[in-house]
Amino acid sequence: MHLDFFFQYLVAGVTYGTIYAIVAIGFNIIYNATGIINFAQGEFVMLGGMTAVTLSRFLPLPVAILGAVAVTTVIGAVIEITFIRWLHRPSVLRMIIITIGISILIRETALHVWGESVRALPYFTGSSVTSIHLGGVYISPQVLWVIGVSALAVAGLSAFFNYTLLGRQVRACSANRDAARLCGISVSNMVTLSFMLSAAIGALAGCVVCPITYIQYDSGTPLAIKGFTVAILGGLGNSVAAVAAGMILGVLESFSIWFLPAAYKEAISISLLLIILFVRPSGIFGSAEAARLKEF
Amino acid sequence: MTLLSVRDVSKRFGGLQAVGGVSFDVARGSIKALIGPNGAGKTTLFNLISGVLPPDSGRILFDGTAVQGLQPFEIAALGMARTFQHIRLFPKMTVLENVMVGRHVHSRAGFLAGMLNLPFTWSEERRIRDRSFEILELLGIADSAQAEATSLAYGQQRVVELGRALACEPQLLLLDEPVAGLNMRETIDMGKRIAKVRDRGITVLLVEHDMSLVMNISDEVVVLCYGEKIAEDRPLAIQRNREVIRVYLGEVQ
Amino acid sequence: MKARILPVAAFAVFIVVIQLVTHLTDSTYHLTQLTMTAYYSLLIVGLCMLIGYAGQISLGHAGFFAIGGYLTAFLTTRDLSQQKGNFFVSMLSKSGVLVARPDLYGGDLLNVHPWLACAVAVIAAVVIAYLVGGPVLKLKGHYLAMATLGFGIIIYRIALGTGFLGAADGISDVPGFPLLSGLEITGKSSMRIPNYYLAWGLVILGMVLLLNLIHSRVGRALSSIHGAEDAADAVGIPTARYKLNVFVLSAVFAALAGVLLTHYNGGIGPSEASVMKSVRYVAIVAAGGMANLWGALSMSLVLNYLSLRGYFGTFDDAVFGAILILIMLFAPEGLLRRHLFGDLKRIFSGSSEEEAP
Repeated sequence: MHLDFFFQYLVAGVTYGTIYAIVAIGFNIIYNATGIINFAQGEFVMLGGMTAVTLSRFLPLPVAILGAVAVTTVIGAVIEITFIRWLHRPSVLRMIIITIGISILIRETALHVWGESVRALPYFTGSSVTSIHLGGVYISPQVLWVIGVSALAVAGLSAFFNYTLLGRQVRACSANRDAARLCGISVSNMVTLSFMLSAAIGALAGCVVCPITYIQYDSGTPLAIKGFTVAILGGLGNSVAAVAAGMILGVLESFSIWFLPAAYKEAISISLLLIILFVRPSGIFGSAEAARLKEF
Repeated sequence: MTLLSVRDVSKRFGGLQAVGGVSFDVARGSIKALIGPNGAGKTTLFNLISGVLPPDSGRILFDGTAVQGLQPFEIAALGMARTFQHIRLFPKMTVLENVMVGRHVHSRAGFLAGMLNLPFTWSEERRIRDRSFEILELLGIADSAQAEATSLAYGQQRVVELGRALACEPQLLLLDEPVAGLNMRETIDMGKRIAKVRDRGITVLLVEHDMSLVMNISDEVVVLCYGEKIAEDRPLAIQRNREVIRVYLGEVQ
Repeated sequence: MKARILPVAAFAVFIVVIQLVTHLTDSTYHLTQLTMTAYYSLLIVGLCMLIGYAGQISLGHAGFFAIGGYLTAFLTTRDLSQQKGNFFVSMLSKSGVLVARPDLYGGDLLNVHPWLACAVAVIAAVVIAYLVGGPVLKLKGHYLAMATLGFGIIIYRIALGTGFLGAADGISDVPGFPLLSGLEITGKSSMRIPNYYLAWGLVILGMVLLLNLIHSRVGRALSSIHGAEDAADAVGIPTARYKLNVFVLSAVFAALAGVLLTHYNGGIGPSEASVMKSVRYVAIVAAGGMANLWGALSMSLVLNYLSLRGYFGTFDDAVFGAILILIMLFAPEGLLRRHLFGDLKRIFSGSSEEEAP
């Protein structure tokens, strides 16, 4: 295989991997705060992209993106307050089914609002044919936007959780809810906040990637599954590992075209998911003991 | 005659040595008690013996057969039954049904026989039901047979759990804190029941904190502390054992 | 036992009544959707057994339906007449399991007989269920849900992406499923009424088998596994084996439903394997009361029929999504609680015999 092909595949893999990692981080934020796996995570990405496209019709691009992120964040909060907040110690099964139902509702609403058409934001800089020459490889500037924005988002979140009072309060909730409550932290508000953060970075990822990948009403579900795969691969709740795991999946998927017909590309991530679940559900970096202890 | 032989069994959880090289025997037809301060490893030892956890090292011989590493249901089929520290009755099933489940190893109707409602299952079901009812009568709770098991008073639930274990017709009965949460009278009643069980030829190994029960009904007592056996003797001798006293009450100046 | 026969008989009467009503109101065409509903209900009651009694969720059951349907469709439409010289094919031909029939253009097709195809499809489903179920059922909670979801998606992707399975178009021109003396499972309007009774007869048979199982020693064991798995282990119940057996049983129901519905419809497409279908089936079981066979059957009857008639329009998927959420939020035990039915039964039959739940 030509070296340039190799690098093109690699770049594609890294681009998609970044998005998968972002979705996984979204999963982790909510999981850490609540023990819930939010099956609707992928829909936040879809909502971000679609809303931004609609807003960009009459607003300048940066404002449209901010608006889309804001709207999706609000939706995230609304979902939590409407469906999750008032549940009292729900069982795992119940939560799974509820979040699946939520993802279906969001998807169907998107179908009725935007139809089946495929949308995309314009490239942030340049166009679909612009490319930057970097060390022998031609990369679209949008790829740099994806990686750059995602890195900033992850850094921002990291700073938030480690250095702000609010962030530490959220972490306290994930470590021990009751103890956090006793310290005067409003656990339910922290949960809402975690949903909002998840929605926000999901939406941001959606905006930044849709010029390349396009987006439509049902783009959310496959993303959710891949994001979940990545989250598990890295160890549920471990966001640093999620980044690495995202790269692994993205690159694996990208190079799979080598030996599998394109139609089966989806099967790669599913198969990986099943293998991890069967062999080592705690993920590469997780600890088996800790996984068992974390209260579902 | 030794029914259960625990030989040099160890179990470690990460940095904690929950059970370290514990050995003891349980003679057939006797009542043996396992005591020790909290965190001594008693329930872990129970879990090792009943197959819930595999030991890191050591052997466990039940009636001559090595059972370490076997699945809990395999060990149960060999004749070992247990109760749990926190009552584990089957919710949404009646008292009678809970005990009937205990008859599982002594019946054989499988999936196909069940679906096709084969004739041999009719008499088998009747036998299961009758036998279970007998056990309830033996334990004095036959009146609650049709009540939902988890609706009963705490003390009664403990008796139901005992009944379920007895339905297995075990050779060895493992009782994990059988009187935890019971008042004095209930404790005495349970003690009488356990003695009655032993009189029917069933060997008993129990974990308990309630010293009155332990001293009253046990033939021998094993004392654990921080996962190690520090004493094994008759009840009276244990009461006078210096090490045991020190472990429970602290140093005497 | 008498208390068990009563609702089955009542249901059978109900089925007959519906058919008579359509006959009298000259609306026999309804029977077509009702027959399809029957086959979906077969899958549903099997799934109810898995979710409600064995306590295992499956978000990929449409996968087993598709395995059954696609295998039978493929075998009964794949023309083997060009391979008569092939050893394997001639063996099959000599043992009389191949069937010759004319194709659309007057030529001659040589296909596998539907009975053999059905056997192959169901056996394949059993094998796959055992292979997949073993590792999958060791998982809990989210992981189990995701694994079953993943399984369903893999089947969907295979159906959608494989050329000889028809890719996006699926397989059509599937012949009817012949039974004895001229009876056939087929969508032809001349056989509408017999097919209706065949389908619902099968559902009733399935219900009887499952009800028997629930009231048997194994049924009790399953309830106990669901209630307190460690305690069930401790009394000698092989929990892992039983869970796997129920998983395989529910897969058989689903695959059989897939086989027969495919012959009835004359074809199958990849949408039958989709995630939305699997979710729909779980929604119906949840609405009926997770551990309530009659509840699941009633809900299946109503919801599948309405959906097939198009009452939900473009909101089809949304409706089931909404049902899922509403049920799980407000009535996680389902709308038709187990004891509710038991209580009603007791009132109407006037007996003092207490129904075992």
